[in-house]
Amino acid sequence: MNTAHNTMSDIAKETYQTVGQPLIEDPKMHVRNTNVYYGEKQAIFDVNLDIGKNQVISMIGPSGCGKSTFLRCLNRMNDTIDICRVQGTLMLDDLNIYDKKIDVVELRARVGMVFQKPNPFPKSIYENVAYGARIHGLTDNKVELDELVEQSLKRCGLWKEVKDRLDEPATGLSGGQQQRLCIARAIAVNPEVILMDEPCSALDPIATATVEELIHELSENFTICIVTHSMQQAARVSQRTAYFHLGKLIEVNDTSTVFTNPEHKLTEEYITGRIG
Amino acid sequence: MSLTTLLIIVLASAATAYMLGRTRSHQVAKPIGGVRNLAALPSYYASLMGLWALIPALFLIALWSMFDGPIIDSLVKASMPETAKNLSSEDFSLVMSQVQSAANGINTGSALGAEYQSAINKLVGLNESSAKWMPILTIMVVVLGGLLGFRLIKAEHNARYAVERVFNATLIICSTIAIFTTFGIVFSVLFESINFFQKVPFTEFLFGTHWSPQIAIRADQTGASGSFGVIPLIVGTLLISFIALLIAVPVGLMSAIYLSEYASPRFRGFAKPALEVLAGVPTVVYGFFAALTVAPAIRNAGDAVRDWGAKNGIEFLAALNVSSESALAAGLVMGVMIIPFVSSLSDDVINAVPQSLRDGSFGLGATQSETIKKVIFPAALPGIVGGILLAASRAIGETMIVVMAAGLAANLTVNPLEAVTTVTVQIVTLLVGDQEFDSAKTLAAFALGLFLFVITLALNVIALRVVKKYREQYD
Repeated sequence: MNTAHNTMSDIAKETYQTVGQPLIEDPKMHVRNTNVYYGEKQAIFDVNLDIGKNQVISMIGPSGCGKSTFLRCLNRMNDTIDICRVQGTLMLDDLNIYDKKIDVVELRARVGMVFQKPNPFPKSIYENVAYGARIHGLTDNKVELDELVEQSLKRCGLWKEVKDRLDEPATGLSGGQQQRLCIARAIAVNPEVILMDEPCSALDPIATATVEELIHELSENFTICIVTHSMQQAARVSQRTAYFHLGKLIEVNDTSTVFTNPEHKLTEEYITGRIG
Repeated sequence: MSLTTLLIIVLASAATAYMLGRTRSHQVAKPIGGVRNLAALPSYYASLMGLWALIPALFLIALWSMFDGPIIDSLVKASMPETAKNLSSEDFSLVMSQVQSAANGINTGSALGAEYQSAINKLVGLNESSAKWMPILTIMVVVLGGLLGFRLIKAEHNARYAVERVFNATLIICSTIAIFTTFGIVFSVLFESINFFQKVPFTEFLFGTHWSPQIAIRADQTGASGSFGVIPLIVGTLLISFIALLIAVPVGLMSAIYLSEYASPRFRGFAKPALEVLAGVPTVVYGFFAALTVAPAIRNAGDAVRDWGAKNGIEFLAALNVSSESALAAGLVMGVMIIPFVSSLSDDVINAVPQSLRDGSFGLGATQSETIKKVIFPAALPGIVGGILLAASRAIGETMIVVMAAGLAANLTVNPLEAVTTVTVQIVTLLVGDQEFDSAKTLAAFALGLFLFVITLALNVIALRVVKKYREQYD
């Protein structure tokens, strides 16, 4: 713990250069020189990162390191917090996310989000999945909507479990089913990127395994950013791993490299359990 | 010595006993190594001693005040002449009060016979000794109780149990007072209503369409025979409440949504208390606002419309007739009055909707108004319905505004421009003034009260049911 603090104060004096490979070819999203402030307090320091297309990238790091804050910058969910300010360039393909003229509604349709705690709406299972499609006008009639709901639930492996009770309240599902429903709700809008903020932290190991499998399958068609506290989970589901520490992006590399041969001392200390 | 002085003395002694108990317990604690070696804290010993001084004395005072009169009366009766003992109870009470007047030195003019002199003397004597002995006995009880409490201050005696039990008993007594008062009110209304239904059949009351409670009080008087059909009153009540809710529900709900979802914390901090001030305005103030400002304004507007209709030959407008006391005026003002009930309660439940639901909806790209309409409002609905039903029972029970603005005429109409009357208003008019308590006219007030009680009770039960049903579904 002591060493970590010493090392960190050394870093704080200079502009930090992320080690590993934060930048890649042909990214889906790219983030440059990004700083985030909550009021006077700076939460993210000068982050540069590329997010690859149809890849899973996981963000790991100790509590309060800024990984969730960073994730919430990517679809402007931080807008709902009055005191939060974001500086820097964040791009989704050619779209500048923090452009004044951009329609946040459209951005969030392209960058969906799944939260830590399953948060189904107090509506039926069907209405939960249909919600996004309705507000974005994705379907023209009931038949298409039914089809979309069925497809989304099928892709999340939930269809068999709920097809006979689509009209029942979603809150009656188990925790794992609720979280898969939230994922189905997110993919029903057909986003390009899905942000997941610790999607399994409220789930038991079996439900976690199901969701991880789902993430793996979804990565064929979607770009996924996942924040996780479980290093095993990061190792299982992601191709690349980014390690955050006290608001700075310390290291980004292929997941296998991060976990077998970390370049930075802090990363090594974290994954071997000496800080956390 | 008056009762007040005595009570003050008893309370002061109890306080002194508390102080003494405190000092004593510290004294007891010293030789055995400090307060930690006592079974209870010094304040418990002190309270115990204070309570021993207080409670028995209070009981004595209460019992004395309750039974002193009857006991003296029965003793006086014993020394009355035989003729008085054989009198009927009404005549006897007359004699008794004459004796009491004589004992108090008041000359009533009606001379009692010399044979009553011994009774009068006895009464004077008994009254004197009662007044003398009560303070003496009370102070003795205080001292004895205090001594007992003092002796209980021992290291091994745990004073906590007794003090906690007294505290517990005090709480129970206070809560039962509220419950028994409710029962008392319900039963008194119920029994008087039963008397009423012996004079007027239940079905006539419930289904009658004519309300005219004026009846002949004396046999030789000419007057209406009275008819007690409650339907016009219900219709009036419901009409006014409906108008009030028509105002209060949209305005209250919208302002609650604005305050909880859109307003800045600064504006909210100012606007919410300001809105709640509406609930603090006395209803009589709303009443004259309705009667002196709103009702004439509505009538003038109605007259203007009628004149315009007459000029332009629009027949149904020309026939428009707005009463100067109208259901509309009362309903409008009552609606304003109950806005804070709807808005304050709705605001609370909307704030209680978890942030995660808002995040989920925003995360899917919903706008703020879509989130409110499709997620927050349905989630908060049970609480909102509860608030509305509470406002409705308030509207149904409201009296002052209606008395002043809606009039007394029991018209059976749903036209909001006519004068109507409500159940509460009729209760007021039936009981105001000199009334005898065995005529159907007066008893009708109790039947109306019972009826109103049943309606509001039913509304509250429905509100609870609705809230419970949806809560199970959504939590």
